[in-house]
Parts: sequence; C-alpha cells; structure tokens
Amino acid sequence: MPELGRAALVVTLGLTVYALVAGLAAAHLGRRRLAQSAQNALTAAFFATVVASIVLLAALLRHDFSFAYVARTTSEALPTAYTISAFWGGQEGSLLLWLLVLTGFGAAAVRLNRKWARDLIVWVVPVFAGIAVFFSFLVVAVASPFVTQAAPPDGAGMTPSLQNPYMLAHPPLLYLGYVGLTVPFAFALGALLSGRLDERWLIATRRWTLFAWTALGIGQLLGAHWAYVEVGWGGYYAWDPVENAALMPWLVATAFLHSVMIQEKRGMLKVWNVLLVVLAFSLSLFGTFLTRSGVVNSIHAFTQSSIGPWFLAFIGVTVAVSLALVFWRLPQLRSPTKLESPISREAAFLYNNLLLLALCLAILWGVVYPMLSEAIRGEAVVLGRSYYDFFLRAFGLPLLLLMGIGPLIAWRRASLRSLITTFRWPTLVALATGVVLLVLGAGSSVPGLVAYTFSAFVGTTIVMEFARGTRARKALGAGSWPGAFSSLMARNRRRYGGYVVHASIVLLAIGVAGSSAFDSVAEAKLARGESLAIGGYTLVYRSLAERQSANATEIRATLDVRRGDKDLGTLEAGKNAYTIEQQVSNEVGIRSDKLTGEDLFVIAEQIDGDGSVYFRVFVKPLVNLIWLAGLVFLLGSAITLWPDRREQRRLVARAGEVGLPATR
Amino acid sequence: MTIALLLAAALAVACVVVVSLPFLREPEPESDALDELDPDERRRLALLEARDRALSALKELEFDHRTGTISDDDYRAQVGPLRREAATALQALQRDGPELPRKSFGEEGRPAGGRT
Repeated sequence: MPELGRAALVVTLGLTVYALVAGLAAAHLGRRRLAQSAQNALTAAFFATVVASIVLLAALLRHDFSFAYVARTTSEALPTAYTISAFWGGQEGSLLLWLLVLTGFGAAAVRLNRKWARDLIVWVVPVFAGIAVFFSFLVVAVASPFVTQAAPPDGAGMTPSLQNPYMLAHPPLLYLGYVGLTVPFAFALGALLSGRLDERWLIATRRWTLFAWTALGIGQLLGAHWAYVEVGWGGYYAWDPVENAALMPWLVATAFLHSVMIQEKRGMLKVWNVLLVVLAFSLSLFGTFLTRSGVVNSIHAFTQSSIGPWFLAFIGVTVAVSLALVFWRLPQLRSPTKLESPISREAAFLYNNLLLLALCLAILWGVVYPMLSEAIRGEAVVLGRSYYDFFLRAFGLPLLLLMGIGPLIAWRRASLRSLITTFRWPTLVALATGVVLLVLGAGSSVPGLVAYTFSAFVGTTIVMEFARGTRARKALGAGSWPGAFSSLMARNRRRYGGYVVHASIVLLAIGVAGSSAFDSVAEAKLARGESLAIGGYTLVYRSLAERQSANATEIRATLDVRRGDKDLGTLEAGKNAYTIEQQVSNEVGIRSDKLTGEDLFVIAEQIDGDGSVYFRVFVKPLVNLIWLAGLVFLLGSAITLWPDRREQRRLVARAGEVGLPATR
Repeated sequence: MTIALLLAAALAVACVVVVSLPFLREPEPESDALDELDPDERRRLALLEARDRALSALKELEFDHRTGTISDDDYRAQVGPLRREAATALQALQRDGPELPRKSFGEEGRPAGGRT
C-alpha cells in the first residue's frame, strides 16, 4: 500500500501547512476558533503520520521489496527485531520517525498547556507547524520512504554492525532527544512572538527538556556500549562526527538546565536561556543533518546528498529567525537583577555554562573543520583524537570540579569564612585521594590523577549534601533517618535528583579516566597452544570453530584465561561473515570483573588459513563504571522528572490568582 | 490500489472534519476573540512570579542555613534583603487589588505545571 503511505504524508504536509498559516493568522488577528482549528490540524497531522508509519512498518514486516526502502535496508533472512529497527536504519525512515515524534510531541505539548498558557500556545502552534512543514516536505518530495520499484527476489540486507540489540533502542532514544528539544524551542519562540516572556514557557517545557536531555544521554551511552561490544575497535567513543552530533545538543541542554535555575531563582539570564534553547535545537537539526546527509562519511557525499542543502537552509532560517526575534524582544528580556558576586552559586552555574558551551563549540569546530578545509583548500583535514582529548581535559576537568563547588556556595554571595567551612572536608578528602593514588602509581597520567582527585571532591560534596540535608530534615521533625531522607527527596526532587545525576557524572569520569588513561594493550599472532600476557592476565589460544547462524557464518577463537594461578574460564573472539550483506564484522570477547569494574577485551583482528590468529587484547580498569553511570543517571533523571505536588499546588495557586485555569 | 485510495480519501476527509470542528461546533459564536491575559493580569502575573521567587529563595536560604551550607554571618547578611524583596512583592500585590475571581476553571483539577 505505498499509495496510502504517500497520501498520508501528503495529508500531513497539507495539515502542517494549514496549521502554520491558520495558526499565524489566528495569533495575529486574535481569532479563537481559527487557533483551535490550527491546534486540531497539528493533532490530525500526528495521526496521519501514524498511518504512514504503519504502512512502512507493515511493508518491512511483510518483506515487501517493491518498496525501495525495504529492499535497501532489509532482507528475507534478517531477524524480525532488526527488520523493525530498519524503520530508523535508513535516511527516509529516520526522517519519518522525526516527523512522527515531532507531531506527537507537538500535539501533546500543545494539548497539555492549551488553557493555562493559552495566550502563549496560539504562537507555539505555528512554530511547531513550521518545523513539521519542513520534515513533511522532506518525506513527501525529497526523501520519500514510499518510492516503489519492481520487487527484487531479496533485499540488500542491513549493515552487520547495526544488527545488534542496542540498535533497537539507541537511535530511537537519540531521536526522542533531538525531537524533544523542539518543545522548548517552540515554546521559547512562541514566547518571543507573543511577548509573553513570563515564566510559563519555562514551566511548560521544563520536563520536556529534562526528558529530551535524559533520552539523549541514555541514547549516547547505549551507543557507546554498542560501539564497545559490536564495532570491535577496543573503545567506546571515537569522537566520530555522528557521536559528536548527539553530544553537542546534550552539552547545550545541560547548560540550559543549569542556567534556567538562575532565571527561576534570580530572574537573570533570560536572553542567555533563549539563546541556549535555540542553539540546542539548531544543533539537534545539525546532528540529524550530519547523520543523514552523508557528509560525515565523505565530504564528497555532501553534493550527492538530496537532503543536505535543505537541512542547511532550514538551520540557517531557524537561526536567523530566532536571533531576529531575540533582538526584537531584547528590551523585555533584560534582567532586573545582576550578579552580586563572582563567588556565588549563580556565578558557579555561569562558569559551568561557559565551560559547557566552550566544550561544545570546540567539538563543533572539530566537526566542521574538515568541511571548511576542503571548501577552502580543497583538502579535507580531519582533527584527530588528540584535538578532542585536549579540550575535554581543558574544559571537562574544571567542569567536573565545578559540580562539587556549586552546591557548596550560597546563592547571591558567600563569605570567605563560610567557604572555608564548607570546602574543608571535600578538599581534605580530594587531597588525600590524590596523594594515595600518587603513591599507588597513578601519576603515570596527570589528567587521570586530576580526574580521580576532582571526582573525590565532588563525591564528598554529594555525600555531605545528602547527609546534611537528611540531618536537617530529621531536626525538623521528619522522624526516623529513612523518613528524613525520604522527606528530603520528596521536598526537593530537582535539587537532590540533580545530585544523583552529578554522582553518575562522577562515575562516568572515573570510568573514562580509568579505561583511557590507565589501560594497557598487547598484540600478538598466536598459533594454537601459544599464550599472551597482559596486566596480570595470561591468555592461551586453544581452538578455532566455525558455526552457522540464521544470517551469518560465525568463526570463533577460544582462549583460556588465567590470572596468576587462578583459572578464570574461557573467552571467545572472532568474526561474523554475513552472506547477503557480504560484509565481515569483528565479534569481540569481553570478560568483566564485577568487583573491580575492569574488563579484559579481546579482538581477533586477523584469522589465517592455518588457524593462527592475530589478537589484540586490552585491559580496561574501571570501564564498567561508565555503564553503571548510565543507570545512576537514569535514576537521577527519574527523580527529577517525578511530579512535585508542592510545586504543582503553588502553580495552581498562582494561576488561580490571575484567573487562569490551572488545567487543560 | 483501490482500497489504498479509499483509505487515503477517508483519512483526508476525517482530517478535514477534525480541522473544521471548532467552526462546526460553534457556527455563530458570541465572541470569536482569543481569551488572552489583559495588561493588568499580566502585571499581576509578573508580581506573583516575583513573590514566589522571593519566598522560594527565602525557603532555600533557611534550609541551607540549617544544613550548614551557609554560615550564620552569611545568613544574617542575606535574610534581610530577601525578606524585604518578598515584602515588596506582597505589598505590590495588595496594592494591585484583591485576588482576581477565578474564571471558569477546568474540571480535571490537575495543575498544568505537573503535566508538562
């Protein structure tokens, strides 16, 4: 039924164009029914996109190779789960997913806020619609997933590295993150257009932003784990442009989540916050462009890409319109208050913002430099790992330290005496940690040692904040210690959920420092019975076996693993040869030590006809803390996202005092 | 092909109906003007936000003082201006007039902030 899919997308395009035009007219002329009609069009656009998505999904599941998209991304032998993941595996499908999530989020965000922020919503609808017009135009006219052809007997299949369970969750989560950032952007632009620059746009979008930020964070971590276990090069983050594409909006959204607190608590940084929202959204578009235009695989692919120029034009229009609106509303965005002291919590947040933005811009420069160098000099110069590592250390380590400093400083200003008192214990613990690690030999990597020391500082701050907060709640009559702790969390989810997220970043920092600064590597070509030693482990190559799976031939080398006299069992590493795709993938062997968080990581780089294998082996200390950080991050985000009844009551009361309905 | 076209036509018609609903439900409304906050309500909203900001800052200051994050000296230096800020906002609200009567609220009774 490609006709139905095509027609549904044309209907979506028509509806979004109507929502844009009618929405603008309604907002400008103050017409209530027209505004409601535009809102309905946005909702209807979502349902029309659902129909198109169902058509594509059905074609994928039926292996209907008369759909060019289905033939290009799947094959008969592809397992069902990966056949479903082909929905977002190719350019056209992923653009359809963008549109689906965009119209869904748009319709939901508008519906949830349409009464209490009605004067804002009338302007938010055309912004959502404008973005949806762009994406629906792309899937209708430029990159349609419903192009048909004479059905070939089988499809081309899916790239082997994408045939991994992580691919079921990693891309959709990134898309939820990218598209989720549309919500704060649409509300920010709606606020600028309407001139309603009160707190409502922030309140309406707070949880959407947090949700998008969480999805982007978890999506990236899943992607890192996928790269670690599947791509088979021995690492988890390669500063690849596509990886950076997701990291950049996440960094800007992190800055926004901090700076928005300054606006809420001090009424400051209104211009800055709007600019951060615009930048985060523009970077999410840029990320989609990088991922989908083909520009990152080859500079020359850019000119061949059908969507690249469209995306660049749209990003240009988005940035230009947004900046023009900010400039227009500058008088209303001026803050009535100023920073009272450079030593205050808001100042710490500001430094955090500047560092996050500096890191983001350094990464952005690294991503666009090859394109610029080719455009100017005719030669693409790629900035390597050392470039990114330098800026990660230069900006990332101070950021880590600031995570510990911020909670220790009071809002507005802090005296030296107060600082000495609050900084005493974290500083002592950090220094003691640094000295002990230095004695233990961690001085081989200065950045690694600094990261551990700063992590100790931040960790102590977090523990102290929870301990002091719980003690204070108990003193206020919260009963038992668990009761006091529970009361502490319930009364300020954002603050203490935020500390849990900080704890996850500490775990991440320790994991990254351990696995990158203190790892070891050994390589050797081994015949059966020969061994290799690394980091206290001894690996003996025992056997080579070949077996057939549903869609690949699997070759596995088996190694016995020992540490000292202790037998640690066996490890398998090898390759998969995918018949239909005619590609070969590395299948690594990993042995994780749950107690120390260390991994023994084996790659069978080359398997020779005589049965000898060229192995590359890594020992990665503390690497599993990175994955643990993901769980803690999710917990912290969930705490922060959880509805706060006290805050809701306060908002209800405030809305009631100006005669606004507090509900839909 | 025919079924697909019929389904597509049905989808298009359904969407047109959904989009037209506000006009079908109210062909001749008493007023078609958008119900927006007037300047007085907007000023009051700004005052309420200032009041809540000051009260929230006071609450956080008290708690930080209790936890020991803020010393006694810092607390004393900050609590006065914050109380004055809150008092100013409350006085401005009182000057601005009594609480506005609630307009027709939604029946769901769930606050908007928690739904976002």
